Amino acid sequence: MDPIKELVVTLADLYGRNRENLLPILQGVVEQEKYLSEYSMIEVARELNLPAAEVYGTATFYSFLEYKKTGRYIIRICKTISCSMKGKNQVLHTIEDMLKIRLGETTPDGKFSLLQTNCLGWCHKAPAMLINDEVYSGLTPEKIREILGKYMEKVI
Amino acid sequence: MAFGAYQLKRADFIFKNENDWEKILSKTLTIPPREIINELMSSELKGRGGAGFPTGLKWKVAAEEMASEKFVICNADEGEPGTFKDREILSLVPYKVLTAMAVCGYVIGSKSGFIYLRGEYKYLLPELKIVIKKFKQYCLKIGFDFDISVFLGSGAYICGEETALFESMEGKRGEPRNKPPYPTSEGYMNKPTVINNVETLAHAFTIFKYGAKKFYDLGVQYSRGSKLFSVSGDTPRPGIYELELGMSLQDFVDEFGDGDTKAVQVGGASGFLVPRKKFDETAIGYKGKLTGISLPTGGSMMLFNSSRSMYNVLDNYLEFFKEESCGQCTPCRVGCQQLYNGIKAVKRGEKPALYLDKLLKLTETMQLTAKCGLGQSVANSFSSIVENFREEMIY
Repeated sequence: MDPIKELVVTLADLYGRNRENLLPILQGVVEQEKYLSEYSMIEVARELNLPAAEVYGTATFYSFLEYKKTGRYIIRICKTISCSMKGKNQVLHTIEDMLKIRLGETTPDGKFSLLQTNCLGWCHKAPAMLINDEVYSGLTPEKIREILGKYMEKVI
Repeated sequence: MAFGAYQLKRADFIFKNENDWEKILSKTLTIPPREIINELMSSELKGRGGAGFPTGLKWKVAAEEMASEKFVICNADEGEPGTFKDREILSLVPYKVLTAMAVCGYVIGSKSGFIYLRGEYKYLLPELKIVIKKFKQYCLKIGFDFDISVFLGSGAYICGEETALFESMEGKRGEPRNKPPYPTSEGYMNKPTVINNVETLAHAFTIFKYGAKKFYDLGVQYSRGSKLFSVSGDTPRPGIYELELGMSLQDFVDEFGDGDTKAVQVGGASGFLVPRKKFDETAIGYKGKLTGISLPTGGSMMLFNSSRSMYNVLDNYLEFFKEESCGQCTPCRVGCQQLYNGIKAVKRGEKPALYLDKLLKLTETMQLTAKCGLGQSVANSFSSIVENFREEMIY
């Protein structure tokens, strides 16, 4: 069986095959694959006996359920006012310089994607970002060089 | 000091140790549900997410519903810009929240509880799962049947709106429902549901522990108790503070400002911007006896000093709303886009300054016709910023 099919079946076995299990299953696919391909959404629809359009409509509502191919590490930098006020742009430029990509892009090796997101709930230690599920706050260009440097050394 | 408002007073209940939760839980479960509801009602605890519905009344209405199944949901979809208190509660005193959920289950007759945790806080999950496991073990030990599980969100501000949250849990797009029916009669899976904010539940624990009077004695009339405030922006002391309700904004600024505070955003992007000249007449609490302006809040307090452009602030909020509007109803979907484009057009000189008045009219329409709180509350920050800092919008 192909890996996506296998993953969807495993997740459906774990969470159930009702409509209310849809979100955890989609999240499970994203955790593994980092994004939802059309193929994976069709597979989820088949497994849960739902119209594929329903799955697509639900998935695309949620900003953390990516439906375009992304890197293994998704960097989400907070762009809400408290982070903007505390030097978010310098942090963003440092990341862009280091990864040699612009906001919204993915590195050619498929390792990093750089995105913005709304309030992460770290306004008192702004600016903040998520790399996948890990949070980093109180960011400065120096801190970014240190944190991102470590990620860049990691082998995918 | 504002008329009738009290001085800023610190309180320390929420983050005080939770080690006695087992005792509090087993003690509270011996009290008849009716008495627990009375205790909550006499404490005058109101929902701490921002809307301020009386918690005791919510539990009472749900308890009176006849249904085979009911649910208790803890709303941890803390997405309002400038709010970060719920994250802190769930990482520091999670047992308080779980205890209050279980007591709620006992009071309304529910065996099933959920924590809807925003996807942005996924890193809390491993620790939370351990805590829930221990909690359930204790429930089992004392023979109390109540299940709690975590439902993870996926990055949608609107899912903090209670009915959108139910939709999301049911595996659908997080689009708010029409109200009524209210969640207490038809909530998650169309069953009676009590949905409370994380902080509300933590306060309920305080009330179970110390009794209603201790809580009621804090704050002012109609705004009883303490509240967590998330303080950020231009302040030397950013962080989370528990303060009694009813303080004047001037006192707040004296304590947390940097000496050059130009305006404070109370209640996040969906709240109000208060300019310096109105600090004195503004109190933080629910509408009621306080004269002057009283602003209820979910606890977000963002301070801006005179180096900040209010245009940039409004632009940031509108971009936020434009993205987070669920798109279901036209006033909100189109309205947010028009406001966002509109202030830019005025700034660039493509539209005359009077166009701002048209945009203000549009926010009035949105307030009247939008389906849920998101679309209705865009008017709050928009009108309070445009009316008080009009010249900054134009030049």
